[in-house]
Amino acid sequence: MKSLLLIFVLSLPLLAGTDDSLLIRGATIHPVSGPEMKDGSILVRDGKIVGIGHNLAAPRGTRVIEAKGMHVYPGMINSATQLGLAEISAVRESVDTGEIGDFNPQLRAEVAVNPSSDHIPVTRANGITTAIVLPMGAGGGEGGPRGGGNARQPIITGQAALVHLDGWTWEEMDIKKSAGMAMHFPIIPSPPQRFGDAPPNLFRYSYADSKKTYEAQLRDLHEFFEQSRRYQKAKAAKPAGFKIDLKYEAMLPVLEGKTPLVVMANRERAIDDAVKFADEQKVRLVIANPKELGKAGAAMKAKGVTAILGPTLELPEHNDDPYDAAYTLPNEFYKAGVKFAFGSFDNQFARNLPYQAATAAAFGLPREEALKSVTLNAAQIWGLGDKIGSIEEGKWADLMITDGDPLEAKTQVKQLFIKGKNVDLDNKHRRLYEKYLNRPST
Amino acid sequence: MKYSVYLLLLAALHAAPIVIKNATVLTVTKGTFVGSVVIRDGKIVEMGEKVTEPAGAEIIDASGKYLMPGIIDCHSHIASDAINEGSVSVSSMVGIEDTINPDDIAIYRALAGGVTTANVLHGSANSIGGKTVVMKMRWGKDSRDMIFEGAKPGIKFALGENPKRAGNPGGQRINANAVLRYPATRMGVEDVIREAFNDAKIYQAQWKEYNEKTARGEQLLAPRRDLKLDALVEVLEGKRFVHAHCYRQDEILMLLRVADDYGFKIRTLQHVLEGYKVAKEIAEHGAGASTFSDWWSYKVEAFDAIPYNAAIMVRKGVLVSLNSDSAELMRHLNDEAAKTMKYGGLSETEALSLITINPAKQLDIDKRVGSIEVGKDADLVIFDEHPLSNYAKVEKVFVDGQAYFDRNKDLADRAQREAEKAKLLEKEKQKEKEKRPGAGANPSSLPKKAALDGDGYTAGSSPNSIAHSHRSSVPLGVWHVTPVRRATV
Repeated sequence: MKSLLLIFVLSLPLLAGTDDSLLIRGATIHPVSGPEMKDGSILVRDGKIVGIGHNLAAPRGTRVIEAKGMHVYPGMINSATQLGLAEISAVRESVDTGEIGDFNPQLRAEVAVNPSSDHIPVTRANGITTAIVLPMGAGGGEGGPRGGGNARQPIITGQAALVHLDGWTWEEMDIKKSAGMAMHFPIIPSPPQRFGDAPPNLFRYSYADSKKTYEAQLRDLHEFFEQSRRYQKAKAAKPAGFKIDLKYEAMLPVLEGKTPLVVMANRERAIDDAVKFADEQKVRLVIANPKELGKAGAAMKAKGVTAILGPTLELPEHNDDPYDAAYTLPNEFYKAGVKFAFGSFDNQFARNLPYQAATAAAFGLPREEALKSVTLNAAQIWGLGDKIGSIEEGKWADLMITDGDPLEAKTQVKQLFIKGKNVDLDNKHRRLYEKYLNRPST
Repeated sequence: MKYSVYLLLLAALHAAPIVIKNATVLTVTKGTFVGSVVIRDGKIVEMGEKVTEPAGAEIIDASGKYLMPGIIDCHSHIASDAINEGSVSVSSMVGIEDTINPDDIAIYRALAGGVTTANVLHGSANSIGGKTVVMKMRWGKDSRDMIFEGAKPGIKFALGENPKRAGNPGGQRINANAVLRYPATRMGVEDVIREAFNDAKIYQAQWKEYNEKTARGEQLLAPRRDLKLDALVEVLEGKRFVHAHCYRQDEILMLLRVADDYGFKIRTLQHVLEGYKVAKEIAEHGAGASTFSDWWSYKVEAFDAIPYNAAIMVRKGVLVSLNSDSAELMRHLNDEAAKTMKYGGLSETEALSLITINPAKQLDIDKRVGSIEVGKDADLVIFDEHPLSNYAKVEKVFVDGQAYFDRNKDLADRAQREAEKAKLLEKEKQKEKEKRPGAGANPSSLPKKAALDGDGYTAGSSPNSIAHSHRSSVPLGVWHVTPVRRATV
């Protein structure tokens, strides 16, 4: 009896959550979903935000964090990374970003996320709590056409995972196993921009060949969807001896509108094509890494298509584009009424996500929209609008305490919480910094 | 010739003085004040909270704005038609000066990011690469006028993965059929540099002997001129700066010791991503370090790169600058500088120094540029907000007191440029139409036609691939090798 009671007492914290309750007090709160609150408090219990206000009392056993002069923002969401899939981009063996083959909807990025990747704590230290891990290319490296021969891109590259940047295993990191179906819309590849001193014969492919590939890929794409639908119909009829096909099976959530297609489309024409295709197929669509909008905005808005914008700090696509073409693109999307979020589309600069938004703001995007595009907009695009992306009661306590605006590089992230848990801000870079700063001088 | 120089001089003398007033002036070396800067004949002639405005001066009211010295990029490859002579591992006979392309749009874009001076380097395919050149972003001038007059010339060295790549039988070479090129290891890189300086010493001695003897009146045949070794003798004699691409601490230390042995100095270590591990040795040698703010993990030798690199080296007494190595990054070096405040806690002035006075000192042009001081070149940038804010943008850029970039003008000119482009395209279309009847399909004209139809085959655009994102590619210095390497792996 006595031992039973002891077990009960020991397990109390787990049940009641008293040990992970916390109160952040005296900070300026930036909920993103509403106006900022000065001298505010946030009460967290069981990993969720349970109270926001001016004079919240700390229930007994609650850890209190005095944050006077500090700011609290929701943790940021990077809507396109390869975190955990690739470590050193030049080393083939450390890169698992893309498989061989044109149609791979059955692939799941999540199962290849290495929770021990050095990129994860490095990215997290700058206030990024959540990331989309996107399978992106061909052939195991960071795929796509390399300019050689009749280069072609794969079409369906696999399922993107939405993960928290904390956890001992990928299962613990998991938020949404299949947040999107990654795809490249077929295009006619442009010739490489500049190959300088390299022998020209390495890059010779004709327009006619490229066009042929493009047309073939388009046919394949339509056929694949057609086959997927037939499979869907056949399965619904529940015939005896029905055989599961993993590729078509993986397409069902897309056809049912549960999982969006996440389509890489840089150019206006590819965006147009993708919007038309998604409309015909009656599937949900997110455009990824567009480099221009042109006149595609109206159709995107009308069809409720959202977008994940790539790095703002990019060169213009063409020599005669305005110098600030990439800087002003986010504002173009905003003005067209297309909801968007930012992604870094790589690992190396995943931590710089907030500066993509800041540059967009410097060139016209309203500042509150810039902040939304790394928080709430992303949450909504990925179907997690009720759980992350803003500081609201009932949402997960994914929070960062900073000494200023997180969109400014000079701002320091002081503390980070994922589902109410204080996350370690230590990482490889800090460790090396401390080690070598303290190297004896004699 | 003389007449035109006279005319130019006259024009310069007669250009109206400029007064930039009510700006927050970030001098970098002389503190910060709210006031005015007076420009005359391309130079800063007066500055302070109150100045005497010369009669007839053009007045620029910069209320609420920030004025800083033009940004200096110590590592760039813009405005050059070729950067890697990769056939040999010592290519000190070639020079960027011979490949300057003054029409490269990257010059204008760099200006639009506040850059007024750049050290344009040869690539990193060779242990000892080609000669380098310091340029001012005088957009619209010809290639000779781009060169920073009086700036000491340099030469590029490269250590580590890039120079040994051509010796790698694994296929990471320019061409799978190419002959292997020595070296294939870091050991070999050291040897190549030592062999070259050994040769240079012998060559130098031959000339010394010849010069001494002929001075004494002896009749002698001159030694055979060697253009490759000439550049290295200049290094030995301190007439040419060494800018050495490097990553790992072992190779950094190796080069410093080779230089010590042969009695020359490494002016700057470029990239120097593990510089923080040997900051003491770098400081002792007196080498400058020019690094990235936060690049890492794109290759093995960049896996210990940390964003605190600049700050640690600053704290340990190294002269540090931040560079771009990229036509894109070059456009926001001020953002890169701001990161050193986060990573390592540099002050605002220290952060700004990394992209102004420090690179100026590294290139030995600090008497002319790098800070706002009376007597210096009027290379100035007006920002709408503090340049260390990520919300800041460049409004106006002066080189030698002349406005080479003006955002308002750029915006105002866009409609006209668009109209001009539309007219040219229409003309092309018309030409195509005239060609079409009778002649039948002309396969060679397909791409052109396609460009007009806008169907994705426009020259100069990048492929629809996130993998081609500039930020995820390796530094531009090896850009010419990289795509090929990947294509052949």
